[in-house]
Amino acid sequence: MPVTDAPRIVTARLVYDDSYTLERYLATGGYEGLRKALSMTPEAVSAEVDTASLLGRGGAGFPAGRKWSMLRKDPVTYLVVNGDESEPATFKDHLLMERDPHQLVEGVLIAAYALQVTEAFIYIRGEFALGLDRVTQALNEAYDYGAAGSDIFGSGFSVDVVVHPGAGAYICGEETALLESLEGKRGFPRIKPPFFPAAIGLYGQPTVVNNVETMSNLPWIVLHGGKEFAGLGEGRSAGTRLFALSGHVRRPGTYEVEMVKTTFRDLVYAPVYGGGVPGDRDVKAIIPGGVSAPWFGPERLDLPLGQDEVGNAGSMLGSGAITVMDSSTCVVRAAWRITKFFARESCGQCTPCREGSGWLERVLRRIEQGEGREDDVDLLLDVSDNISPGLQWPPQQTTICVLGPSIPSSIHSAIDMFRDELLQHVKEGRCPFD
Amino acid sequence: MSHFDSETAARARELVALYPERRSALIPLCHLAQEQDGWLRPEAMEEIASIVGVTPAEVRGTATFYDMLRTQPVGRYLVSVCTNIACLLGGAEELLEHAEHTLGVRAGGTTSDGTITLEDAECLADCDRTPCVAVNHRYVGGLTPDAFDQLVADLRAGRRDGEIPPHGTLGRVRRNGGLRVPVEQVARERAAAAEARAAREQAAREQAARAQAAEGPGAAKSQGAGA
Repeated sequence: MPVTDAPRIVTARLVYDDSYTLERYLATGGYEGLRKALSMTPEAVSAEVDTASLLGRGGAGFPAGRKWSMLRKDPVTYLVVNGDESEPATFKDHLLMERDPHQLVEGVLIAAYALQVTEAFIYIRGEFALGLDRVTQALNEAYDYGAAGSDIFGSGFSVDVVVHPGAGAYICGEETALLESLEGKRGFPRIKPPFFPAAIGLYGQPTVVNNVETMSNLPWIVLHGGKEFAGLGEGRSAGTRLFALSGHVRRPGTYEVEMVKTTFRDLVYAPVYGGGVPGDRDVKAIIPGGVSAPWFGPERLDLPLGQDEVGNAGSMLGSGAITVMDSSTCVVRAAWRITKFFARESCGQCTPCREGSGWLERVLRRIEQGEGREDDVDLLLDVSDNISPGLQWPPQQTTICVLGPSIPSSIHSAIDMFRDELLQHVKEGRCPFD
Repeated sequence: MSHFDSETAARARELVALYPERRSALIPLCHLAQEQDGWLRPEAMEEIASIVGVTPAEVRGTATFYDMLRTQPVGRYLVSVCTNIACLLGGAEELLEHAEHTLGVRAGGTTSDGTITLEDAECLADCDRTPCVAVNHRYVGGLTPDAFDQLVADLRAGRRDGEIPPHGTLGRVRRNGGLRVPVEQVARERAAAAEARAAREQAAREQAARAQAAEGPGAAKSQGAGA
């Protein structure tokens, strides 16, 4: 049994092998949410989402309802769905796209109606070949079924939805980079202000950008009401949320759990979730919300999985990716690999990020290879401080987007929690875990 | 003389028609070119440039930003071994080392017979099966060294060709038609939006001017610097 008795909202259909087909979707209440939405006014649909207190599931956790209300005064906008899931160890959106694509499409159609847009785009990470096929197939079926296109279900409302493939660039998950990419350009984030998508988005028009999981919640919210959704979880963290659990656990996977009522310890150790650490080794550290998030030590395992709870403890739930590192893990190697990722994926526009990520990667590599210098730990902190002054949380920004200030998180965590381990690498001239 | 064959050219026209501005089709067209040729040839980039109305250099400049768009030939199979954090904890470095040994190439290289290109990949988002391997962007599961060798043997013998198309073919399901919302309706709504926006901006300007007049130039200036 799950830790709480909250219903599964976005993963209910995944128990079926044919969860991605229109037949299964219709047999399990599919497109009923859209029919209900179309019988309401667009404002009433938006109000339900407001009531639900649905926080965006992409990483920033911005309330979806408030994002929409910024746009409401503009009669025509674009809706863009962010399916560019690439934060390392995040593997939830591709599950929703592959296994329940109709739910996503229905969510997009509901949002399009609430926002009264006539064209929506679903930007899908290019590497998701199966996800692209499944969502395209679902969209084709939705058009044939009368749920998309002109005069949907005879309501008079019309919208076209276009599936757009990315081509391999982490930065395109940043919403303004995604819009650049969708315009056929390099994925360079835009400076904000003035380029907040709600004001100046796709082709310079007001645009809503929402994540795949956020959209996938909408059919349920419209059918059951925002109040029912807000009754799950606690405080600002309403509803359930997908957590992608990876690393040193017996049962890695994507789990839908009730927010706040479930803790990190539940997720790591409960038999229905992670099932504990292999070999019953101790947890050394966990990454609570994707590699951009500062790490937690085992003393934080009883922290609830809530946006504010984790935020107040100095990190973030981010993309919902939780990675467990056990006592056999070399933290230098872990921090080095994460930093290498950022160095590869920096778009190169801003000097602190472009240059800093490379310097940090090289210093960490030489420490791991036993060639570290005595003052390397200070050097790492100094370079990190140049990227994100003060090394505080939430981080200060010296760059156009948040990729830069995300770089120091793992390094700062490793030094804060395991300084002796770094120094041991330097002193012994080798990695003690080799 | 078109570089695209007639079927590719027809699909290119369909793609361009999906977007309010032609340039948005640039990346989908690059994928289409890779499906035809296996990689992004200079001739294809020239053709894409003429289709979307930019220079060939702009197409190249955009394409080279993206890992999946290959401006150099790659093997029939692109084998991607993820080494990012979740896979690192699952033994990815050891698997990549084994793969380099088995294939006789370093990560980034292509086997001498041109069959397989090996890639040290960033997170492929299949982190519950580590170390994660994908071939031409199709997941093949978390692999042991032995399973990797079996995969290579199967690829070379063509035993996985049904599920794994040659490099360059991304999605295999095609959109079953163009846009359905009447263009006149879209144009009407866009014009109404532009008008409403212009009216709102005009009102904001007038309000700002009134505020400035009321508070004097000094006050307005210091407010502006803070905003």
